[in-house]
Amino acid sequence: MSLVDIQDVRKSFGPLEVLKGVSIEIGRGDVAAIIGRSGSGKSTLLRCINGLEEFQSGAISVDGMMVGKTDLRTLRRHVGMVFQQFNLFPHLTAGENVMLAPTVVAKLQKGEARDRAAALLEKVGLAGKFDAYPSQLSGGQQQRVAIARALAMEPTVLLCDEITSALDPELVNEVLRVVEQLASEGMTLILVTHEMRFARDVGTKLIFMHQGRVHEEGAPKTLFAHPQTPELAQFVTGAH
Amino acid sequence: MIEFSFAIILENLLLATRWTILLSLIAFVSGGLVGLLVLFGRVSKHEVLRLLTAGYIEFFQGTPLLMQLFLLFFGIALFGVEVSPWVAAWLALTFWTSAFLSEIWRGCVESVPRGQWEASGTLAMTYLEQMRYVILPQAMRIAVAPTVGFSVQVIKGTALASIIGFVELTKAGTMLNNATFRPFLVYSLVALIYFCLCFPLSWCSKRLEARLNVAR
Repeated sequence: MSLVDIQDVRKSFGPLEVLKGVSIEIGRGDVAAIIGRSGSGKSTLLRCINGLEEFQSGAISVDGMMVGKTDLRTLRRHVGMVFQQFNLFPHLTAGENVMLAPTVVAKLQKGEARDRAAALLEKVGLAGKFDAYPSQLSGGQQQRVAIARALAMEPTVLLCDEITSALDPELVNEVLRVVEQLASEGMTLILVTHEMRFARDVGTKLIFMHQGRVHEEGAPKTLFAHPQTPELAQFVTGAH
Repeated sequence: MIEFSFAIILENLLLATRWTILLSLIAFVSGGLVGLLVLFGRVSKHEVLRLLTAGYIEFFQGTPLLMQLFLLFFGIALFGVEVSPWVAAWLALTFWTSAFLSEIWRGCVESVPRGQWEASGTLAMTYLEQMRYVILPQAMRIAVAPTVGFSVQVIKGTALASIIGFVELTKAGTMLNNATFRPFLVYSLVALIYFCLCFPLSWCSKRLEARLNVAR
């Protein structure tokens, strides 16, 4: 059975229908890359998975939990998210950012949470930055702290919403390397991304969204080499 | 007839100033606490709470503090409960202060970017946890300067308590004037004392505003 099961999801903002019946199945350990033009509904879809957006019809389940029926907190303890704008807590240090949810939500002891935070910061290559404030870090470093913060809750699936789009080009790779490492460890990832090369090389599943629908989906390498629709062909050539 | 020297006038005014300071402090603290409760209602997800607190704020911001004082002082007495000027002044100033502070603070809470709510919500925090650990610490930084600035209004607001017979600085001034018939001297001193209380706070507020803005 798939880990994340999206069935015929429809979502409107007022009169504008942004998701027009989207169905996707994502298995455990999958790295699903969602690509498409801005306005194609890909970020909205991602935000529906952890309840940041409500949808009008259809169903989403994550590890057997129905989104909208399951208590939002229970769902979110299993679904991590990393944002385009990092959204680190500016009044807390990197280490405290990572420790906060484990101590407050998961009721971990301070010492235990501190150890976990230190280990995660080391994992994302920021061992020496425990006491640095977000304003003292580069964009790439901030985003890696944000990844560590999401991982600290030990999510079943991690959602990444254009996490390299706000970064200077030279900082993109340091973040992608961390994501690639997570993928190789078997973490289930759903990424909305503009990094085509990354989607092709690291992704196990490619989803091309167009005008609120899944226009094409399949194995990334096949899809990139042989797009079936003119829209994807145009998108792929336009992106390079 | 007793002769009122300058020293005696000043001494009596300063003695009464203690009550102005005390009433201001108490009203500010209790107004702040009530204001915090009102704030939670004002930014809550429940529409009924939001409407109720909005009504509360509109009422106390939209009517003169003097009327609120009268309503409390004479209104409660209608029910056979004797209210001392102290209690009436304290209650009225508390409600009035809470209405203004909660509205100031609401602006500060809403100036915290939406992404902070989303990030903390995504980490499975409850509303109260989000407020306590993420939103309020950031909002408080922004709120310090306008809050200190508003304390000046509270000090000046206590002058109205003189009308219901509470002997603070203004009331003492009125009494001294009645005894000495030297209104210009007495009220100049009263104004000067108010200024000495308020000016450091205004100055402090400006300094804080400048410093916290630079730190951002």
